[in-house]
Amino acid sequence: MTAHNPASPPFRNPVIRWVDYRLPVFTFMRDHLGDYQTPKNLSYMWNFGSLAGIALVVMILTGIFLAMHYQPNVNGAFASVERIMRDVNYGWLIRYLHMNGASMFFLVVYLHTFRGLYYGSYKAPREVLWMLGVLILFTMMPTAFLGYVLVWGQQSFWAATVITSMVTAVPFVGEPIVEWLWGGFAVDNPTLNRFFALHYLMPFVIVGIIAIHLWALHMHRSNNPTGVEPKGPEDTIAFHPYFTVKDLLGVAAFLIVYLGFVFFAPNFFTEPDNYIPADPLVTPHQIVPEWYLLPFYTVLRAIPHKLTGVIAMVAAIAILFLMPWLDRSPVKSARFRPLYRMFFWIFLLDCLILGYLGAQTAEEPYVTAGQIATFYYFAHFLIIVPAVSRFEKTKPVPESISVDVAAREGRRPRRGVGTKKKEEVA
Amino acid sequence: MVNVNSATLAGAEPSDSREREKTGGEGTRRDFLLLAATAVGAVGAGLAAWPFISSMRPAADTLAEATLEVDLSPIETGQAITVVWRKKPVFIRHRTADEIQKAESQNVAELRDPQPDSERVKKPEWLVMIGICTHLGCIPLGQQPNDPTGNYGGWFCPCHGSHYDESGRIRQGPAPRNLAIPQYEFIDDTTIRLG
Amino acid sequence: MMRPFLSFTLAALLASSAALAAESEALPPPDLEWSFEGPLGLYDRDAMRRGLKIYREVCASCHSIGLLRYRDLRALGYTESEVKEIAGQYEVPAGPDPAGNTVDASGNLLTRPATPADAFVAPFANANAAKAANNGKVPPDLSLIAKSRISGPDYLVALLTGYGEPPAGTELAPGASYNLYFPGHQIAMPPPLSPGQVQYEDGPEATVAQMSTDVSHFLMWAAEPKLEERKNLGLKVMGYLAVLFVLMIAVKRRVWRDVH
Repeated sequence: MTAHNPASPPFRNPVIRWVDYRLPVFTFMRDHLGDYQTPKNLSYMWNFGSLAGIALVVMILTGIFLAMHYQPNVNGAFASVERIMRDVNYGWLIRYLHMNGASMFFLVVYLHTFRGLYYGSYKAPREVLWMLGVLILFTMMPTAFLGYVLVWGQQSFWAATVITSMVTAVPFVGEPIVEWLWGGFAVDNPTLNRFFALHYLMPFVIVGIIAIHLWALHMHRSNNPTGVEPKGPEDTIAFHPYFTVKDLLGVAAFLIVYLGFVFFAPNFFTEPDNYIPADPLVTPHQIVPEWYLLPFYTVLRAIPHKLTGVIAMVAAIAILFLMPWLDRSPVKSARFRPLYRMFFWIFLLDCLILGYLGAQTAEEPYVTAGQIATFYYFAHFLIIVPAVSRFEKTKPVPESISVDVAAREGRRPRRGVGTKKKEEVA
Repeated sequence: MVNVNSATLAGAEPSDSREREKTGGEGTRRDFLLLAATAVGAVGAGLAAWPFISSMRPAADTLAEATLEVDLSPIETGQAITVVWRKKPVFIRHRTADEIQKAESQNVAELRDPQPDSERVKKPEWLVMIGICTHLGCIPLGQQPNDPTGNYGGWFCPCHGSHYDESGRIRQGPAPRNLAIPQYEFIDDTTIRLG
Repeated sequence: MMRPFLSFTLAALLASSAALAAESEALPPPDLEWSFEGPLGLYDRDAMRRGLKIYREVCASCHSIGLLRYRDLRALGYTESEVKEIAGQYEVPAGPDPAGNTVDASGNLLTRPATPADAFVAPFANANAAKAANNGKVPPDLSLIAKSRISGPDYLVALLTGYGEPPAGTELAPGASYNLYFPGHQIAMPPPLSPGQVQYEDGPEATVAQMSTDVSHFLMWAAEPKLEERKNLGLKVMGYLAVLFVLMIAVKRRVWRDVH
């Protein structure tokens, strides 16, 4: 199976043929969106990748239109956001789409990531694909944070102060670096200006990483719920129309959830405090990051030492990079790994607990609970996963995707359809 | 997004002939479904574009400032004021009987931009016009008592020497057209509303 | 509906004043019913107009509401000329006069009547003036108050009706009042409302509870003026998405038939 399909018939339309001979965009689309062979047993858990792409497109689109009205200036930022909400035609809609879009983007990306963890999508030969995904998640976080600051409400300002102050944990050069980040001696106008510039830039960096992520994906194609690589044409179907339609169905469902929040609970994910203009002399009673950063915030707070806390927080995401090497099990899918499956769910629960604790005040019993949950988080990666992959007795893996599909449907395997000319391809 | 993909979907040939045979009589039903979904998706995407396009139109605050009421009562005969309307200077001149007479008696045919005075005012004693030279956008002089008024007793643009008469019509110099008349109306005897 | 509950809580809490003194946490505000709640809920024009009256006659002597423009009052059902008349009751700094002056002969700032395009005029010229007149604390701007507090409108009503005698042994800071729902229980704002303080032209009796709900209703609108537009459009969009979703399910089933 190669990405390019030399056996494809020529295009019938002469204009398409003319263009394609010079710039093979149509061949490319056919090979990667049309005939692209995809495991036929992908579940709806495989929808979140395309949804993440949609979410990013919506974020960029709404962001560009917001930038047409936003003023990156400490005196005008908050008022310009409120002007968008009140006076700009449909400004409230575009702003709420952007605000809730960030939450939705993280939601689908987290689901996408946990799907990868469950089905072992990080394993050979998809390690680079996985690491690029982690890199995207890593890039999304500062992007979201920068955007949150732009509103210039109380939470914006104090989140900016707290997060940038983490740099002061760096020995010796911490202070000069944070002044460099701020462009001054506190979070102020220069800070806001550069945050705006960077917030506008970062999404396009993410688009670039996604392009490489997709490149890596199309090299060895999607993993699937069995974790068994396709063995022949009976295991796969063409991407179009099967997965285009399935992805679009996912988009419709996603829009119902997303726009449900936008139209009927637009402030569900935000802190009321951020509707108070930034005041550099009054700290809010509690500084709470957006929900998608809460687990990492708990990790930061769990460690009573400044530098170690910051390192732990970064490590909590970075450790995902190592997943392909921490898990040595030859079986990919948790469906055939009872022990790993159990620990996967405990890990997911631990992440939810970390998230819950991140929203609590820094007092007992939350501090101790946060430390335990943080310890477990790292233990999962560094102790449990390596140990489980070593000692676990896995269940027998099906012979092939089609055998598994047939077994689940209670019938004998049959030849797949929509797999034309697979003989030549294979 | 939705419509693009479903459009290709509907336009696509069935991916192989076997598939067409298999669906057989249901082909039309499938075609109809695809068509309906594509149409609904396309309409949705089209409508979704509207808020974005609309957001670039003048906002409510801009529109609210787009009309301006000006009380003319403090302006004595022979005096002029400049008000700012839609970020542009608007000249409002309470003309003297002499000025009115001159402006009205001018032979329209010999003007560069022929226009009788009656077309340029709503009430002869009040001349309201946008104070931007039609040549290259400078603001002509003639509003302040000491300003030069040009060779025709109206306004003079210092940038390239355009001369305007008592009715703000171009008489000499490079400007092609008369000073523009803004959209306005009298809401009572001594108040006008611009815009 | 709310009054009995309030007085009950009040009595219960004052009875256990010892426990209360230790507990300086603010009480959670009682959950009230509002017409703007729920996916279909819209504002109540009459309540908002009464609320505006309270804002103008009571709150506005200390609190600004700077994000509102007089033209926004069209949403309360006022006609263009009514809005113009309301705006005209306030003075704003005028631009330079024909002679280019911004001050009059005695050096006072030239003013003109406000127009519908102007923002609601603030009671104080600047923060320091506001501070000086209010015991050293700037009364917060009310434009977004209903959105910047947890369970905003409920909290506002609770706060406005939550004044009372401090429990024995509580020492109030100078100028502070005791309020059950304010964090720390000591609030710089004296009880702003008293029964019958505002003359309602028609409608309900101007009790403190009634006035509190009305002004909170108005403040919710001030904070989220596009709520009705949002919900109206939202319903249409959801209807559309329901159709699209059902169609997509049908298309997906049809397309995948031959795989299963």
